[in-house]
Amino acid sequence: MNRLDFSFFDWNVVSSFILKGLYFSVELTIIAMMGGIVLGTLLALMRLSEKPWLVQPAAAYVNLFRSIPLVMVILWFFLLIPKLIGHSLGGQLSAIITFTFFEAAYYSEIMRAGIQSVPRGQVGAGYAVGMTYAQCMKLVVLPQAFRNMLPVLFTQTIILFQDTSLVYAVGEYDLLKGFEVAGKNYNRPIETYLIAAVVYFVICFSLSMLVRQLQKKIAIIR
Amino acid sequence: MGNWDWQVLLHDTGGGETYLHWMMSAWGWTCSVAVLSLIVALVVGSIIGILRTTPNPWFVGFGNAWTEFFRNIPLLVQIFIWYHVIPSIFLSLRAVPSFVLVVLALGFFTSSRISEQVRAGINALPKGQRYAGLAMGLTLPQTYRYVLLPMAYRIIIPPLTSESMNIFKNTSVAFAVSIAELTMFALQASEETSRFEEIFIPVTFLYFISAFAINRIAASIEKRVRVPGMLGGAK
Repeated sequence: MNRLDFSFFDWNVVSSFILKGLYFSVELTIIAMMGGIVLGTLLALMRLSEKPWLVQPAAAYVNLFRSIPLVMVILWFFLLIPKLIGHSLGGQLSAIITFTFFEAAYYSEIMRAGIQSVPRGQVGAGYAVGMTYAQCMKLVVLPQAFRNMLPVLFTQTIILFQDTSLVYAVGEYDLLKGFEVAGKNYNRPIETYLIAAVVYFVICFSLSMLVRQLQKKIAIIR
Repeated sequence: MGNWDWQVLLHDTGGGETYLHWMMSAWGWTCSVAVLSLIVALVVGSIIGILRTTPNPWFVGFGNAWTEFFRNIPLLVQIFIWYHVIPSIFLSLRAVPSFVLVVLALGFFTSSRISEQVRAGINALPKGQRYAGLAMGLTLPQTYRYVLLPMAYRIIIPPLTSESMNIFKNTSVAFAVSIAELTMFALQASEETSRFEEIFIPVTFLYFISAFAINRIAASIEKRVRVPGMLGGAK
């Protein structure tokens, strides 16, 4: 058994290798979450409309992205965006675009369930008081759908945060990469992988505890 | 998109086989990793899920800890831990091929999700069923075997299906430790041939039909085991 030695891991290592990666992972998570929820909600509204020319493209989009591995999607976007627009966007921006489009498919399924959880009669009631479709969605259905689905949306966001580690495939500098580079520099790869696991665990576990609290709170209001 | 040249798939890789052969063997690796990890995940996930519903607080605590542990660390990090860290700490594991390590990593990662579903399935049954079994004089294991599990598994077939499809998609992460599966093939072959679409389109398609096949198999299992008059039996 090799001896593990964590003594090299001090604030200096954290500030010069880890924080930069953590910053990008968090940035990617937050932007992809916001973009994904907006796009996902639009897709969910399309799928729940009664017009087949809206339903079918949205269904195709969601099913396509849900059946391809994220790693493949990252590679596709990374190599296709430059071909389509003629120049490279850089790894960070293209990762942000990829995750937004990819996560939109997953958020859209959540929002679809959320919209369906609002009783149908409320839409009828909205129309009866003279609201248009857009007003009815904005003022009656979506606020409730969001609130009902808030815990699930956050759980998906925790998964999204874990998935940001897959930008490894295109060599982008995220939290995991930060640990890996630090491990290479100090020739302590085993220790840095272990610390990486602990850091991810602490972040994701505390977030999921918060989501559990939120779930209890929402359950009481209902 | 430029001009497509599909013949590139029939070019020789330099090893006496075509890229098409290589791709099919890579698909084979993807399928073996997926199926073996699925078996590990179903067995381990079921045991952990069942432990979490037993009356024994130690079992419940262990099951909860297992699930939280494997659920809150990204798969890629877990694969690195199995591949880089564990063999260097336990030197006797050095001889274990990386294929086995990846199967264990993916299997244990997915077991945490399956344990959640098994637990949810058992808890979805009315409490009276457990008490009825115990009151009839069945032991606790017998109650699980003959009363609770047969219904619980039928309830959770849909989430288990999507988890099985996820396992197929998640095998793609194994490229990071150089398993010769589809993603690894796509990366290497597209670099060697300087052809991108011609390699990535068929690979994406293979992932697509693998997931679809799992979906169909699960749907037919669901149909065969359904109980008339219950749980979607009469839809």
